[in-house]
Amino acid sequence: MLETIPLSLDEVVAVAKEHFDGGWRLVTMTAVDVGEAGFEIFYHYDKDLVMKHYRLSIPKETVVPSISPVYFAALLVENESRDQFGICFSDIVLDFGGHLYLEAEVRAMPFCKVSVAQKQS
Amino acid sequence: MARTILPFGPQHPVLPEPLHLKLTIEDEIVVEALPTLGYVHRGLEKLCEVRDFNQMVQIVERVCGICSCLHALCYCEGIEQIMGVEVPRRAKYLRTIWGELHRVHSHLLWLGLFADAFGFESLFMQFWRVRERIMDIMEATCGNRVVVSVNVVGGVRRDLSPEQCQWIEQQLIISEKEIRQLQTTILNDYTVKKRCCGKGVLTKEQAYQLGAVGPMLRGSGWAQDARQTGYAAFGELGFEPIVEYDGDSYARCAVRFRETLQSFDIVRLAIARMPAGETAANVEGANEDDTPRIISGNRGGIMQSYNRDKHHSITAAPPPDLDIPAGSLAAKVKGKPDGEAVTRVEQPRGELMYYLKGVGSKNMDRVRIRTPTFANIPPLLAILPGCELADVPVIVLSIDPCISCTER
Repeated sequence: MLETIPLSLDEVVAVAKEHFDGGWRLVTMTAVDVGEAGFEIFYHYDKDLVMKHYRLSIPKETVVPSISPVYFAALLVENESRDQFGICFSDIVLDFGGHLYLEAEVRAMPFCKVSVAQKQS
Repeated sequence: MARTILPFGPQHPVLPEPLHLKLTIEDEIVVEALPTLGYVHRGLEKLCEVRDFNQMVQIVERVCGICSCLHALCYCEGIEQIMGVEVPRRAKYLRTIWGELHRVHSHLLWLGLFADAFGFESLFMQFWRVRERIMDIMEATCGNRVVVSVNVVGGVRRDLSPEQCQWIEQQLIISEKEIRQLQTTILNDYTVKKRCCGKGVLTKEQAYQLGAVGPMLRGSGWAQDARQTGYAAFGELGFEPIVEYDGDSYARCAVRFRETLQSFDIVRLAIARMPAGETAANVEGANEDDTPRIISGNRGGIMQSYNRDKHHSITAAPPPDLDIPAGSLAAKVKGKPDGEAVTRVEQPRGELMYYLKGVGSKNMDRVRIRTPTFANIPPLLAILPGCELADVPVIVLSIDPCISCTER
């Protein structure tokens, strides 16, 4: 079974910074729709082929602090999560505004189990 | 100085798939590169909610044709981890053999395209001619040239007879000889070095901090490869990654060239050490109807359609007929995955990661795929600024971009 470390919203950037300074590589992030409970976001880090997985549980419509100022590589996956699940990230270094894959006329979140309409910015 | 914005792609001679880069240039120097994706996004991950977890093997194979075998392997290993399935040792070796053959044909495909990118059309054809022999091995042993569909949850759906193993080894000897004849041109030619050395340099620190993977990471001096984790039979075969240190386009090319030859050795070693035994485990678990599910039947007649005249060398013997007992081709799957797993394998382009979540139903709750090109795009954005515009095509191609993989 997958061993994960619980993570709170306040710790996201601090943990990323700690891992960056410790020489860990960001493998990727994974967003999972858990229905009414909201979303789970996994942060997967790697060092010398050993992986650590952090699990952040958030209600829907929570704004998550971006780790892209720490790990530049996070910008694509954060934009992808916005496209697919409508998860908003604050302070992302390159924000596609929900249009990394999706065209401007797409109003629904295609990967959500119950799709939510995207807010007009 | 005045700035000009130039579109690179989505259709460009060096790009087999559509990727758009908005290049901001001053004079002939790139100062910024911004990507636009979404041309081939298919939403394949979402299909896990409507397809049976066994059917998803065929779906993930189609994330990328060139490395289809490794996508299926990564997915199956994840499901096996969740369901606690022990794969037979012979199946692990067979997975290794087909996985490495995929790496060879992917690298040969790239080496050909790379040669074509700087105008070496004859070299392009020579690499692809050798690649055809590898495709013939695939067709002869799996029934398909690209999407080979050999992996199933619990093992593999095909076996190799001693005659086939012997024939594969003969083919590899010929292929290796032909590839070594091309080494002088691809690695030592004046023009090749002029176009690649010192172009698109990714430093060792940048490579790790920006999350580079595969030949992009190893070309910058990191000895890191997912095969070191011991998936499939690598735990028994042992493995040392190929590393180059200059971090430029030439280093990435050299890593891929040397890895091609290394994969030949791995296939030979796997054939030599492959134990006898079953090729698929019976997957047990809590199942509502308790009915064994036969994943595949005997397709031993596949060789009848094989065109024996296709072989390119008069020294190459035709492949031996496929003669496999029906029982060894079938895996019986009972049960439904319940739990989470993260698995990694080394694709030709780099580390591939799957996150899988099952909730005890026949469909997976979430399948998340992190492909190597997805990881290599941020480093690409970092190495393009400062480059001359004329070098952009070669630098972009040097990461071996696969956009179908990236967007899924």
